[in-house]
Amino acid sequence: MIRSDVKLDTLGYFCPMPIIMTSKKIKELTLGQVLEVVSDDEGIKKDMPAWCETTGHEMVGLEEETQDTAHIYKAFVKKSK
Amino acid sequence: MGPTKLEPAVALAELQESKPDRVTIVVLSGDFDRVMAAFIIATGAAAMGMQVTMFFTFWGLNVIRREGATSGAKDLLRRMFGFLNKGGAGRLPLSRFHFGGLGTSMMKRVMNQNRMPGIVELRETAQDLGVKFIACTTTMGMMGVRKDTLIEGVDQLAGVSTYLAEARQGSVNLFI
Repeated sequence: MIRSDVKLDTLGYFCPMPIIMTSKKIKELTLGQVLEVVSDDEGIKKDMPAWCETTGHEMVGLEEETQDTAHIYKAFVKKSK
Repeated sequence: MGPTKLEPAVALAELQESKPDRVTIVVLSGDFDRVMAAFIIATGAAAMGMQVTMFFTFWGLNVIRREGATSGAKDLLRRMFGFLNKGGAGRLPLSRFHFGGLGTSMMKRVMNQNRMPGIVELRETAQDLGVKFIACTTTMGMMGVRKDTLIEGVDQLAGVSTYLAEARQGSVNLFI
C-alpha cells in the first residue's frame, strides 16, 4: 500500500482526460505530497510514467486491483517541482 | 554596418525564452475523427508541459469558426461556398461512415455514453491549457472566412512563415 495525500478520481474517463486532470490537480499540491490517480483506462500504466518523465514529477508506484469485473489502476505521483 | 537581420513574423524574444518542447500541429482536415486526434495530441502535449501551437487551414478553419456563422464574404461565389461549407466544431463529419450525418451522430452518442469529450469540449480544454490557435489568412481569404466569424481566442492570423518560425523550434510537428 502506497500512502497518498490527495486522491483524484478519473474513473470512466479516457485518454487524454486522466493526464489533463492530473496536470491540473498537481498544481494544488505542495512539494513532496503524493497524488493518487484512480483510473480504469489501461493506457495509464504507460502514460503516467511518461507524463512524469516529461514534467519532472516522480512516479512513486502503480497499483492494480480488480473490482467486480472492472480493472482499476492507481498511479501515485509525487509532486517534485 | 553589419548584415541586416531578417525578423521572422513571430517575435524572436518570445521564441527564445521558451525552453519547453514545442509542438506544432497543422490542422488542414475538417473531419471529426482527424480533428479529434489533433486535439487529443494537443491537449495531451499541453498537459505534459509542452508549448503547443495549432495552425488551422482549409477545412480545418471550420473547427475555429463560430457555430452557424455566415461566411460574411461579399461576392456571390464565396457566399455560396460559405453556405455549402458551414462552420462550427459541432458539425464536423466523420471521414468515414458519415452516412449523411447518421453515422456521425451515432458515434457522438457512443462517445457521450462513454464520457468522452467531444470536439467543442476538447477545443475548450485546449484553450484552457494555453494551446495557441493560429488561423491561416490565405485560406481564410480563399474560402471567404472573415475574422469576425471565428471563435473567441484565436491568437493570431498568420501565414506560412509564422508556421515555419514555430515549426523549426518544434520537436513534434504534425500535419493532420
